[in-house]
Amino acid sequence: MPKVNDVCRYIRSKNAGPFWITLDLFFTDKEAYEEFASAPHLQPKSIAALYDVDASLVKHFPVPNLNVLKISFPRHAPQGGAMERDMHGGQQYVRLLDVEL
Amino acid sequence: MKKNSDTVVKVLVPIGALGMGVDQSDVDAGIAQGAHVIACDAGSTDSGPAYLATGLAKYSRDAVKSDLTILMRVQAAAKIPLLIGSCGTSGSDQALDWTRDIALEIAEEFGLTPRIALLYSEQDPKKIASLAESGEISPLPPLETSEPELFRSCDHIVALMGPEPYIAAIEAGADIVLGGRTTDTAVLAAVPLMRGAGSGPAWHAGKIAECGGLCTIRTREGGVMISVGSDHFDVEPLRHGNRCTENTVSAHMLYENSDPFELHEPGGILKVADAKYESLDDRRVRVTGSKFVVRPYTMKLEGAVGLGFQTIMLVGIQDRKVLANVDMFIDRMHSVLVARVNATMGARVGQFDISLRPYGWNAVCGLPVERENSPARELGLLFVATAKTQELATQIAKTCNPWLFHLPVSDTDAMPSYAFPFSPAEIERGQIFEFKLNHVVAVSDWRDFVRTTMLDLEVTCNA
Repeated sequence: MPKVNDVCRYIRSKNAGPFWITLDLFFTDKEAYEEFASAPHLQPKSIAALYDVDASLVKHFPVPNLNVLKISFPRHAPQGGAMERDMHGGQQYVRLLDVEL
Repeated sequence: MKKNSDTVVKVLVPIGALGMGVDQSDVDAGIAQGAHVIACDAGSTDSGPAYLATGLAKYSRDAVKSDLTILMRVQAAAKIPLLIGSCGTSGSDQALDWTRDIALEIAEEFGLTPRIALLYSEQDPKKIASLAESGEISPLPPLETSEPELFRSCDHIVALMGPEPYIAAIEAGADIVLGGRTTDTAVLAAVPLMRGAGSGPAWHAGKIAECGGLCTIRTREGGVMISVGSDHFDVEPLRHGNRCTENTVSAHMLYENSDPFELHEPGGILKVADAKYESLDDRRVRVTGSKFVVRPYTMKLEGAVGLGFQTIMLVGIQDRKVLANVDMFIDRMHSVLVARVNATMGARVGQFDISLRPYGWNAVCGLPVERENSPARELGLLFVATAKTQELATQIAKTCNPWLFHLPVSDTDAMPSYAFPFSPAEIERGQIFEFKLNHVVAVSDWRDFVRTTMLDLEVTCNA
């Protein structure tokens, strides 16, 4: 089974304001997008489990003209508080890389 | 506002943020193409709550002065407005005054005499709390409540301005507008909207160009020009040789947005789901189909508060016994340190936290490490003590110092000495801050939330 990292040419994460993280998955091409963007492990329920957040707050946007899947979810704590480990959310995509589709 | 179907308004966006390094020749190129306005922002929440809570800027004074010097001299020569939003990172009153003082210094050094409008959008927490009491404030997800106490507790609150205060300042004769906190898009959309360009294209162009060159193939090369018409806008890089493509432009709607199709602005929602991106040639992209749907006017609020204080220590570890048992070692270290602090400091320590973050292992994600991963070669173990005062945080660090330095993997091992890089080992990191607000306030007149001051340097000089 391919992993997320095998079917995307670029994956990134970033804060979307101080209260949200957003993930952008740029699939390798149209075929990869059509085959994998709707995979169960990229649906809100699985993302919620992976990032330990409430599934009802996970936003999920297929962007077909860019072969992109965009997923956004609330941060556990607002950006920059006492226990911050990733100020800009720029490393949060890494735990998605080895998810099997 | 009148609409003119022939109107094309050119906005020169010199850089993604003032202080990152404006290039004189890029700006000159944009002026030669007939720019109607120079606009960019100078801040965001991006770098964390400290900047809003303290009012201090993220970029250095020299870096901001260097960029602002180029832009103010070009403004004076080209006689087109210069708009800077979210001055001094947070756009708080203090941050705006800091930027104003730099501008005044530049004006004096170069003999410039612009009329400068200052737009203040910091809010009194008590006023916002009373608006919350009367139900004028709504939370945005993931926040769910708007208790007045939340607003009263903030050290600083800013309201994000739309384009209206910028337009009013230009109409009142300002050459330069230095704004407090503003939406990134509004600063760039202001003059196109003022001159009658289409609202969908104006707002969408603002979003695409807000990070300067980030919508081009060479993202670190200078800025862009947006040309906004009644039903479309074009975007192109300022620098010769750089290019915008359908992909680089459309992909920018994804950037730092939780929703790729809708962007909430003070007076409505930008909707781009039906936008079409089409290359005009090898460097310009035309965008059509953007819509701006008018909604009741709101302003977003940002607020930050100081919490406790932190003192940190960093210790390097190459000890192979530790590297073979990192999780166990970190757990053991943590319990020893907490017990030692409680035993020596007693009740006086108050509520405190010790966080151990092994860089090279799992400090970034904080999740358990799978066993099959190869062991680290070195660890950078970051110790973070959080307490109510700086003095207490430092006392905790000093209490923990000998254990962080010498604790073996087990009690029967010989005493190791790990590698402190600094003396003293502890570093007072200062106060910690937190963003508290993700709310909007209902606004019937933006002037209730924005105070405009006009400085006329020509009059001052002649007086």
